[in-house]
Amino acid sequence: MENRTKHQKVKLAAEVLSQEELAMGVFSMWIDVGEMAGMVRPGQFLSVYTKDPSKLLPRPISISETDPKGGRLRIVYRVAGEGTREFSGYRAGDSVTVMGPLGNGFPLDSKKKAFLIGGGIGIPPLLQLARELECDRQIILGYRDELFMDGEFAPYGPVFVATEDGSAGTRGNVLDAVRENHLEAQIIYACGPVPMLRAIKAYAHEMNMECYLSLEERMACGIGACLACVCKSTEVDGHSHVHNKRICKDGPVFRAEEVEL
Amino acid sequence: MNTRVNLAGVELKNPVMTASGTFGSGEEYSEFVDLGSLGAVVTKGVANVPWPGNPTPRIAEVYGGMLNAIGLQNPGIDVFVKRDIPFLRQYDTRIIVNVCGKTIEDYLEVVERLSDEPVDLLEINISCPNVKEGGIAFGQDPRAVEAITREVKRHARQPVIMKLSPNVTDITVMAKAAEAGGADVLSLINTLTGMKIDISRQRFALANKTGGLSGPAVKPVAVRMVYQTANAVKLPIIGMGGIATAEDALEFIMAGAAAVSVGTANFYNPRATVEIVEGIEAYMENHGVEDINTLIGCVR
Repeated sequence: MENRTKHQKVKLAAEVLSQEELAMGVFSMWIDVGEMAGMVRPGQFLSVYTKDPSKLLPRPISISETDPKGGRLRIVYRVAGEGTREFSGYRAGDSVTVMGPLGNGFPLDSKKKAFLIGGGIGIPPLLQLARELECDRQIILGYRDELFMDGEFAPYGPVFVATEDGSAGTRGNVLDAVRENHLEAQIIYACGPVPMLRAIKAYAHEMNMECYLSLEERMACGIGACLACVCKSTEVDGHSHVHNKRICKDGPVFRAEEVEL
Repeated sequence: MNTRVNLAGVELKNPVMTASGTFGSGEEYSEFVDLGSLGAVVTKGVANVPWPGNPTPRIAEVYGGMLNAIGLQNPGIDVFVKRDIPFLRQYDTRIIVNVCGKTIEDYLEVVERLSDEPVDLLEINISCPNVKEGGIAFGQDPRAVEAITREVKRHARQPVIMKLSPNVTDITVMAKAAEAGGADVLSLINTLTGMKIDISRQRFALANKTGGLSGPAVKPVAVRMVYQTANAVKLPIIGMGGIATAEDALEFIMAGAAAVSVGTANFYNPRATVEIVEGIEAYMENHGVEDINTLIGCVR
């Protein structure tokens, strides 16, 4: 899936344009990145750097939306530790250092009727995908309890929600929502926690559907050199000729058959 | 102004190189750095056959540093010779190949495969803390250090760098053993063995339980070990351990390192190596230093 040309990654100090808490601990930040906004494909991510020098490594955060004309893009992230907590404190006018766009992103050429399935903090990268796909789109979003971004998907297709506590939509997971609503499609694009992706992979196999999954793992370099963020791959990988694809560079989006979860 | 330094007869245009395992074979970083501006590129460790490495999570961040337990994932010498060496030959830089193995025979097989390749120096990794066999098992016993050094030297066409572990009581004992075995150059330090526990999950942060600590947190330990080693052996030393700036690099040089490697800093600043080259030149300019060699070991 690697088709990136060289000299496309940019590291820069971006100005924070806005910051908003969408749900408990889930934040949305628009940042001014100039020309980088026009280089982004849905499913790509940024390395975001903390200002605290005791935290060396950038945090990989998916790009939720991009606005090439406005030279800005949006990240939606969950506060998971001290680094993301620092980001959540930034206000308009602050600066944040980012590098990107990184990774390969989702393929956009299929016209097949699609499921876009997001779970939790895997939902944000699907928004730009929903905007750019031209096929029939059904959007299935899974949450533990509190919803976020569900309304933002409405312009691109019918939105179905599942919550673990049953407080909204289908009680259960995203596949429960698919079944309860008798939904059908030929292709799946998904991002979310591994158990969800594992279930979706099995579902796609059973239904003989094309399926793309976006994965995450702890990263150091973000550009394919350190070999920290590998996942088990069915095929021999192009880098080390073993069965370890690099999520940051060969992914984060993989064909479901390409990876073992 | 002269920034050239010499390692066992191999001249480097400047003393700044990459630390093995943090820079791949340069391809990923060539988007950010002109590899031709570096003294040398030190490749990730390569074995006789492909190694899959350790399970994930392979890294964890810690205060001022990181732990890694990649486990020397590498494509093996066949792919390396076909793909990585021709890539590096495009650049006007020295090529140093880091060699790893589980047994002495593994190391020798790689060393022999490289004997006719356009490689400038070999770095023998006897200090990886993250693999069960080979690696550090060879680097913590002076007799093993001397024996493997002697065997490698017998088979190597290129000058040999022995990469030493800091996970020993007295690093100068290992340095002297490598010198006795015929090493041409020493490099130090590899990572310090560490551990992190994820208290929310009550589990080890790394699948391998332990990992190698690197980054600015280890720098004072590394400077001390370079200083001690420089005073214990006659061999040139490549110093590394937490170098992120030219000031860091100069500390190692003044402690006795003839060259320096930049490692973990590449992960968070892809241009760290070139910025350090420029920073060293600026320091020499500002302090009227004509020849970098006059700084090597100048603090006694």
